[in-house]
Amino acid sequence: MYEGPVQDLITELGRLPGVGPKSAQRLAFHLLSAEPEDARRLARAILEAKERVRFCRRCFNVSEREECRICRDARRDAHVLCVVEEPRDLQAIEKTAEFRGRYHVLGGAISPIDGVGPERLHIRELLARLDAEDITEVVLATNPNIEGEATASFLARQLKAIGVPVSRIASGLPVGGDLEYADEVTLGRAFAGRRTL
Amino acid sequence: MALYREQGVVLRSYKLGETDRILHLFTQGRGKVRAVAKGVRRSGSRFGGRLEPFSHVDVQLYEGRELDVVTQAELITSFASVRGDWVLSACGSAMAEGADRVAQPDERSNGLFLLLLAGLRALSDAPAHPAVVLDAYLLRLASVAGYHPYLEGCASCGAPGAHPVFHIASGGTLCAGCAPPGSQPLASPVRAMLGVLADGDWADLGAGLGATGPDARARRAAGAVAHSFLAYHLGRPLRSWELVPR
Ligand SMILES: [Zn+2]
Ligand SMILES: [Zn+2]
Repeated sequence: MYEGPVQDLITELGRLPGVGPKSAQRLAFHLLSAEPEDARRLARAILEAKERVRFCRRCFNVSEREECRICRDARRDAHVLCVVEEPRDLQAIEKTAEFRGRYHVLGGAISPIDGVGPERLHIRELLARLDAEDITEVVLATNPNIEGEATASFLARQLKAIGVPVSRIASGLPVGGDLEYADEVTLGRAFAGRRTL
Repeated sequence: MALYREQGVVLRSYKLGETDRILHLFTQGRGKVRAVAKGVRRSGSRFGGRLEPFSHVDVQLYEGRELDVVTQAELITSFASVRGDWVLSACGSAMAEGADRVAQPDERSNGLFLLLLAGLRALSDAPAHPAVVLDAYLLRLASVAGYHPYLEGCASCGAPGAHPVFHIASGGTLCAGCAPPGSQPLASPVRAMLGVLADGDWADLGAGLGATGPDARARRAAGAVAHSFLAYHLGRPLRSWELVPR
């Protein structure tokens, strides 16, 4: 334990996701030895982001206005929704330039072992959008891990019951990799999701 | 750097840093092992989808100071179909959470290992009533943990018979003479269901015990008793249990 402000800084940094006690200490001492202006810039960036950035009232993407850039863009297909867990997943899909519809950010994924059930996500809002926005297709782009799969399965049941066409992004082999090194789970999924040419 | 090889089931995993995960593995020979899988979240990682929760794997690890490190993983059974369905996944999560709570490092328990695999296998058979499979697993998990529910007679005086009062703190059913005043007896279908949860066949449980079996209310009530019994001995309820759709 250090004294006063140093320890406070370490404690605060250690509360960030993925930062353990050792990394928190390293970051704290890095900041302490940095130029005062660097530290001030970082502090300002945190405060400004916190004050100015909010969540889009329609899709829950990060936004500086009531509605995000994508929801305001009239050139996008307003009837096709892509459902993602977090705003950073939305950014990753935007980079592909493959999707021209709008998004819906759930704000996480179902994880019973962490006590996170469907009601903790923006699912009610998603269901409300289907009708209000005349949605004709929903693409589920949650992560291909246990939480993302559970979430996709939960949503697929609900959406099918309502009668909205729903698809799941394919998962499979990484481009540029060798098939023989792929694990069985990934290769199996790639097979299950094969398409006709 | 001591290398060792074990077969085990991945109980749960936490993100660590940018691309790693911390795994809780229940191994056959060393009990619960906490290990790091480096780079597993990177797409194209050599572990790929082999180390997702519920996976039954043959793993090689080396001993670290705080956490062991996974160096190789071969799949024995993926149980991917359990992860792919949200109800099965919720049941599997509750099974894994229970095992994670009961298991201890360096404490081998083949009983727990076999129970866990039997529970996951029963789920992967796509049962019509996955929650019943879970409830049976939880009651048997209590047994494996050393708290066998005594249902064959009175847990206090030993009087034989199927007594209707189930008293958690006494570890089983109590006769009318031993039951504390004001004890609520279980309805007879619930009492019967409890016995089936304790030693019924997995396939029958998954089928909801057929058309002549207990109704949904009795199933739910017996499940709640099974969970309370386990939670009492573990000191607190399972987080996943509440989220299992019934
Ligand atoms: Zn938006
Ligand atoms: Zn008695």
